[in-house]
Amino acid sequence: MHADASVTAPAAPPDFEALRADFPILHQQVNGHPLIYFDNAATSQKPRRVIDALVHYYEHDNANVHRGIHELSNRATAAYEAARVRAARFINAPSADEIVFVNGTTEGINLLASSWGGKFLKAGDEILLLELEHHSNIVPWLLLAGKIGCKLKYVPVEGDTGQVDLAKLDELLTPAVKLFAFPHISNTMGVVNPVHEFVVRAKAVGARTLIDAAQSAGHLVVDVQAIGCDFLVFSGHKILGPTGSGVLFGRRELLDAMPPYQGGGEMISSVDFYTAKWNTVPHKFEAGTPHIAGAIGLAAAMDYLDAVGREHIFRHDQELALRAQRGLEALGDVRIFGPREGRAGLVSFVLGQAHAHDVVTLADQKGIALRGGHHCNQPLHRKLGIKSSARASFYFYNTAAEVDRFLEEMARIQHFFRA
Amino acid sequence: MEPGDLEELYQAVILDHSRKPRNFGELPDATVTVDGDNPTCGDEIHLHVRFGPGGDPLEQVKFTGSGCSICMASASLMTLKINGRSRAEAGALLQDFQGMITGSAPGPAPKTLGDLRLLSGVKKFPQRVKCATLAWHALRGALEGSTGVTTEDGTDTDSEGIAVG
Ligand SMILES: Cc1ncc(COP(=O)(O)O)c(C=O)c1O
Repeated sequence: MHADASVTAPAAPPDFEALRADFPILHQQVNGHPLIYFDNAATSQKPRRVIDALVHYYEHDNANVHRGIHELSNRATAAYEAARVRAARFINAPSADEIVFVNGTTEGINLLASSWGGKFLKAGDEILLLELEHHSNIVPWLLLAGKIGCKLKYVPVEGDTGQVDLAKLDELLTPAVKLFAFPHISNTMGVVNPVHEFVVRAKAVGARTLIDAAQSAGHLVVDVQAIGCDFLVFSGHKILGPTGSGVLFGRRELLDAMPPYQGGGEMISSVDFYTAKWNTVPHKFEAGTPHIAGAIGLAAAMDYLDAVGREHIFRHDQELALRAQRGLEALGDVRIFGPREGRAGLVSFVLGQAHAHDVVTLADQKGIALRGGHHCNQPLHRKLGIKSSARASFYFYNTAAEVDRFLEEMARIQHFFRA
Repeated sequence: MEPGDLEELYQAVILDHSRKPRNFGELPDATVTVDGDNPTCGDEIHLHVRFGPGGDPLEQVKFTGSGCSICMASASLMTLKINGRSRAEAGALLQDFQGMITGSAPGPAPKTLGDLRLLSGVKKFPQRVKCATLAWHALRGALEGSTGVTTEDGTDTDSEGIAVG
């Protein structure tokens, strides 16, 4: 894939099958079978272009950022800050100053809970979440609640489809709610939340909004200005980028008003033995030597994704997920989670009597990588009355033929446990 | 099922025990109930033990809960093996089983383990070792007088955490 990145996606969908050649890892046998990687919601694979960007940085430009005056440091700083500009363009943030590099979704949310929550929330204030929440959008708020006495509330979702109950949302979204935080796409249900609609409703009661875009940023076009959210966070590793890279977007005035998250070098403008002054945003939130290579690799991933076109990717993901859903429905005795129409590129399910671990182990023997467990959605699984589910999650380098192979295998496993 | 490792893991006996676990159910006159958690998947085994007078032997052992086929079969086979045994015998079986399943004990598994040896294939599947040992962690809890254990060594379920209104 050598096309240059552009803000507007290419008009025609690419030849997805041909893009597989860009991903070295895909071309291997696992347990004697061609690898079928269906664990993309956990992490994505990396194209050669991203791997090359990391290698190039370490082989040619490696130095610390912002503190050197020599040539390599200049190059490293320029590349790191260019990555910030790239990230802003990726989500249509008004300014690169509104992009804080973090090590992933989890750190972004912890940063907000500690800095924004610690300063602006008080005992009795409410944080509204969805029952769909990943543990990373629950536990940081639990920790905060334990410290300051704010309250957590959850908007119920409908049974097995995972759709938010809008009437319940309106009931719960009162002026006591200071923050409404929710996933763009649920990593278990595959439901795509109407994020703009949620933001409009939150604004009406004066609540701030945080979107967990971990499952969406690399799969569909995310435009923070069109959505209108206050904060948005995502992980680089799920969107073709390196592990340990990620982005927290925050509106400038909000970031300006927030205290630092961690202390150290780079986040200060001046330090004395007993006093310190903070640097401007976003540097105020990036204490210490950042993951420079990570940011550079992430920018390369964003170039790649925008050259492919995220609207094409989303359509492809959806087609694969629908094919998988229909195939599982046809097997009978499969409990399928998520909406029957309009699901994002993943399907979680319980295959008859078979436990998710057994399904995943047996599929793995055929080279098919699935996830089995609660997918860091333990409260949701409890609500569904199950301990675990199996999940197949797709990306643009997956093919319909792979889905068909997966379905054959599911039929065989179902039969095996039925016998 | 095709030949190879997997056949070894999911042998007919294992499948049979997971579908129809033996000694499955409550034990109303249990001396202790140990809640065993596998936090990686959320599976739970509750082991109910009635000890004899003076705390020995393990007069009757039953279990409840749910888990994958490896977990259920291991619990079922374990109860068959330890019912009526002394604390010392149960402790020795626990050691032998752990040696076999983690591969830390070299050579073939001790004959004393009987049908439990069918689970020896699990050591080739590192992700599944916790499934096979969940019930055994609960047994360790029962022997050591703890009522909550997890597959994460050394922690127990009343470890520190948070609960807010
Ligand atoms: C919806 C959602 N939120 C948050 C996360 C946490 O991401 P990370 O582990 O990269 O911080 C994940 C992925 O595991 C996720 O799927």
